[in-house]
Amino acid sequence: MGYASEDTIAAVATAMSASGIGIIRISGPDAVRAADRIYRSPKRKTKLCDVPSHTIHFGTIEDLSGQVIDEVLVSVMRAPRSYTAEDTVEINCHGGVLAMRRVLDAVLSCGFVRIAEPGEFTKRAFLNGRIDLSRAEAVMDLIEAKNEYALKNSVSQVRGSLFQKITDLRSQILYQIAHIEASLDDPEHLDFASHIGELDRSVLRWQQEIRRLIDTFEDGRLAQEGIRTVIVGKPNAGKSSLLNLMLGQERAIVTDIAGTTRDVLTETINLQGITLLITDTAGIRQTEDQVEQIGVERAKQSASDADLLLWIVDSSTPLDEDDRHISTLLRGRPAVILLNKSDLKTVVDESDIRKLLIEAEDIPVLSFSATQKTGFDELVGLLKDMFFRGKLSWNDEVVITNMRHCALLSRSEESLLRVKESIQCGMSEDFYSIDLMDAYEALGEIIGEEIGDDLADEIFSRFCMGK
Amino acid sequence: MLEEYADIVVVGAGHAGCEAALACARLGLETVIFTMSTESIAMMPCNPHIGGSSKGHLVREIDALGGEMARCIDRTFLQSRMLNQSKGPAVHSLRAQADKAAYSSLMRRTLEMQDHLQIRQQEVTEIITDENNQLTGVKTISGTIWHCRAAILCTGTYLNARCIYGDVSIGSGPNGTPSANHLTDSLKAHGIEMYRFKTGTPARMDGKTIDYSKMTRQDGDIPVVPFSFETDPDSVQIEQMPVYLTHTNEETHRILRENLDRSPLFSGEISGTGPRYCPSIEDKVVRFADKTAHHVFVEPQGRETNEMYIDGMSSSMPEDVQVAMYRTVPGLEHARIVKMAYAIEYDCINALQLNEVFEFKKIPGLFSGGQFNGSSGYEEAAAQGLYAGLNAAMKLLGREPLFIDRSEGYIGVLVDDLITKENHEPYRMMTSRAEYRLLLRQDNAELRLLEKGYRTGLVSEERYQKFLKKKTQIQEEISRLNTLRVGAGSAVRECLGKLGSTPLSTSATMAELIRRPELSYQALSVIDPERPKLPFDVQEEVNIEIKYEGYITRQERQVEQFRKMEEKKIPADIDYDLVPSLRNEARQKLKEVRPSSIGQASRVMGVNPADIAVLTIFLKGKRR
Repeated sequence: MGYASEDTIAAVATAMSASGIGIIRISGPDAVRAADRIYRSPKRKTKLCDVPSHTIHFGTIEDLSGQVIDEVLVSVMRAPRSYTAEDTVEINCHGGVLAMRRVLDAVLSCGFVRIAEPGEFTKRAFLNGRIDLSRAEAVMDLIEAKNEYALKNSVSQVRGSLFQKITDLRSQILYQIAHIEASLDDPEHLDFASHIGELDRSVLRWQQEIRRLIDTFEDGRLAQEGIRTVIVGKPNAGKSSLLNLMLGQERAIVTDIAGTTRDVLTETINLQGITLLITDTAGIRQTEDQVEQIGVERAKQSASDADLLLWIVDSSTPLDEDDRHISTLLRGRPAVILLNKSDLKTVVDESDIRKLLIEAEDIPVLSFSATQKTGFDELVGLLKDMFFRGKLSWNDEVVITNMRHCALLSRSEESLLRVKESIQCGMSEDFYSIDLMDAYEALGEIIGEEIGDDLADEIFSRFCMGK
Repeated sequence: MLEEYADIVVVGAGHAGCEAALACARLGLETVIFTMSTESIAMMPCNPHIGGSSKGHLVREIDALGGEMARCIDRTFLQSRMLNQSKGPAVHSLRAQADKAAYSSLMRRTLEMQDHLQIRQQEVTEIITDENNQLTGVKTISGTIWHCRAAILCTGTYLNARCIYGDVSIGSGPNGTPSANHLTDSLKAHGIEMYRFKTGTPARMDGKTIDYSKMTRQDGDIPVVPFSFETDPDSVQIEQMPVYLTHTNEETHRILRENLDRSPLFSGEISGTGPRYCPSIEDKVVRFADKTAHHVFVEPQGRETNEMYIDGMSSSMPEDVQVAMYRTVPGLEHARIVKMAYAIEYDCINALQLNEVFEFKKIPGLFSGGQFNGSSGYEEAAAQGLYAGLNAAMKLLGREPLFIDRSEGYIGVLVDDLITKENHEPYRMMTSRAEYRLLLRQDNAELRLLEKGYRTGLVSEERYQKFLKKKTQIQEEISRLNTLRVGAGSAVRECLGKLGSTPLSTSATMAELIRRPELSYQALSVIDPERPKLPFDVQEEVNIEIKYEGYITRQERQVEQFRKMEEKKIPADIDYDLVPSLRNEARQKLKEVRPSSIGQASRVMGVNPADIAVLTIFLKGKRR
């Protein structure tokens, strides 16, 4: 029996995109009956209720008045071998967004199918035991994902890579717990004392693996929320002009008076699939103005937290002490240097900049003009290159993108560190299992193998529980 | 046909039955206890000790609830040791060698002296119920009907019992007592599902034929710590008897291996399921094939007998194999067997049929405890007997039932495991079964459970007041040590130096010093002149609570999590057929067990986390 077997739901299962190809999914006991109402095979002979499971059929979709809406491929998957473990029909449409809407309307017009709530197919898949919790959450992340990067990550989690990783760690921890417990009850046959060295090494290895996962959260968070990008430069070097160019609109106040931007502005922009959380800062210079000083301090603070620095240099004026000071902010972090005002008479070139960058010679330098809008495409290309192939090596790794997962991993790591501490203090083995168990359970909560406090509530509040 | 009346009938006078009957009678209910033979009241037909790893905890908990086992063993032990002292306080466990005959006769005398309690030597053959399946009485072999308001079945290993070694198979209860051959049929007729389990015991040997010089002597602790919190520690500082340690060897194992085909286990003569955790020597040889030796303890059974118990070598091999294998053991080369080792098969129940107060879900008024519920061990039996007895009494007295959850006692773990997880072998208490071990220590059993015992009425007002005083002493001393600052002066430096501890650079609290691995409350008395004079058990409690505070706090957090799930109650009338999306296996199991909370449901075998999520959501929807 399926969780929601009382009713049948339908929705567009792919993003509504301009390409015009998309899937309408119908799931529930009446899925096939609903599809039969509107599907016509080429010779009008095939009824979907007669076809075997997991077969694909060409045909057309007609509305109730008999008018053809679109040419389609229809796949029929019967329970329980479908994504939701219920009878499922998927209609592959070709005729564009409007046709998809009309096909969906036709499905709903039969009267016994209702529109699915966000994530409801996934909810059914989870409740019917088809997917574990981390996969279900990844699907939710996917629905909410704002760009390709986050999407790619969610897709890999849907495939279960996080599940695999966590399950593997958990089984190793459980083995050691079992060893301790068994030796407590059967000291005659199992002596734990000789085993402590191995446990110590295992704990270190697990802790390092978990730490690596937590570290990817930084990256994962970038993908979910955007890369924290900070524009730095001397006053009037063109920082706000760059930001406005990126935003495509005048947001910051741009004047010719140096020191106009006295606060920190943050904007979210999407550059061809990468989300940047971009911050314009006050120009950095030695100043007596108290208000401006505060702005300068904030700028330095933002720069030290940044995932990416864009240093904009006014190439029409000579480099000075302030530039040297800014160059130190770039050390050890991803950065791009833009030589602005390339349209004016330039007195600074790449080699002058390179002289300042003794410890960071791999930072790219681009020639740029905010007023002429030259060099902007190169900048975007460079950023894509850096984040998709360069600094972030997320392609084959499990990346943590979910705050709940990260918190549980941290809890698990803390517990493992306590085990190490207990071993170092010479505590007896029965103490280790307290913290090992905590680590084990925290990991279990990630994949839903342990039901933590109100976990189900927490997850299902995201699934729009409705009634 | 004679008709008799009682409030409560207890069937069986082993360790479960004695505790059940005493508890009911002490609460003023007219109680009758039936036994196959008055000579076998509180008999120890297997090992001659009480306590040991995790079982010692149970005995202390029985005492905290007002039970008898701890008091009885404190007066009849031969030797006592606190086990696992090199490990943490959670696994310290008291174990006493018992004078079997003395234990049995003291318990018998306690029963005899108890008001409202009568003993009957007679076999109970049937249970009687009314049209609502409510228990109304029992019938004995003579046809007499005993009308009662509740009955507690504590039949141990007696139902359809058979003792087996080699091809010898005798229809008898343990130690040659008669078996009870009728009650099973009556229970089955009432729809109760029965299992067949087996267990075993080693040979007893003539002490004067054993060469102890080839064995390692093990003496008891000095001083002895009593089991009961009520026993005066001075009263247990008696002359103790030694236990001897020897080993099996490859020759022993060779003989067993060569004769495996003659074991009734392997030939199929024995059909019952045996305990993995108390294996026979032939089991051990097969399962731990790489071990070249196994421990063998040669233990006294009493002051008035020289019969010795050969612990670690239980067996159901034929007589010639037994004689040959025992003689390979150093010190037993010329030993004469008094009683053969044997396996015993018996009927017991699938305990999933019981609710959380050990009452049959199908038959209100019928309770059960002990080995009949599918457990093994004297301590497990006594704990269950007390629990079932108290709850039957609470029901008849119209009072709140006694509940103990997994975070409150080993008894709670025992009860929950039995009624939630299907056991296909005799259930033995083990340290590893308790999740919150560090909180469930043997030293703090009173602090955990005495309040509950007092509420049932089994713990006297006098004892309760004494306990409250002890509790206050502990709390006051802990808070004194948490605030008492110790300077870096020369006396302190000298003391720490002697104990191999780093000197203080600035001042610290006494509690901080106690937490250092190499220090303890007791060791620091020299630099704590203001310290009040406190009883040993108070000092011990203070030391443990302070020393392991961090671990205890973390375990308490785990308990909080656990409680949240336990507090999510499932209505008793839930119809699992209405819960959508439960997998069939989970639905069947939940219908069978009918757990009282989401927490218990999550421990039912065959129920997975997704089922729990489904159930939680269903209950949420219902509440709205």
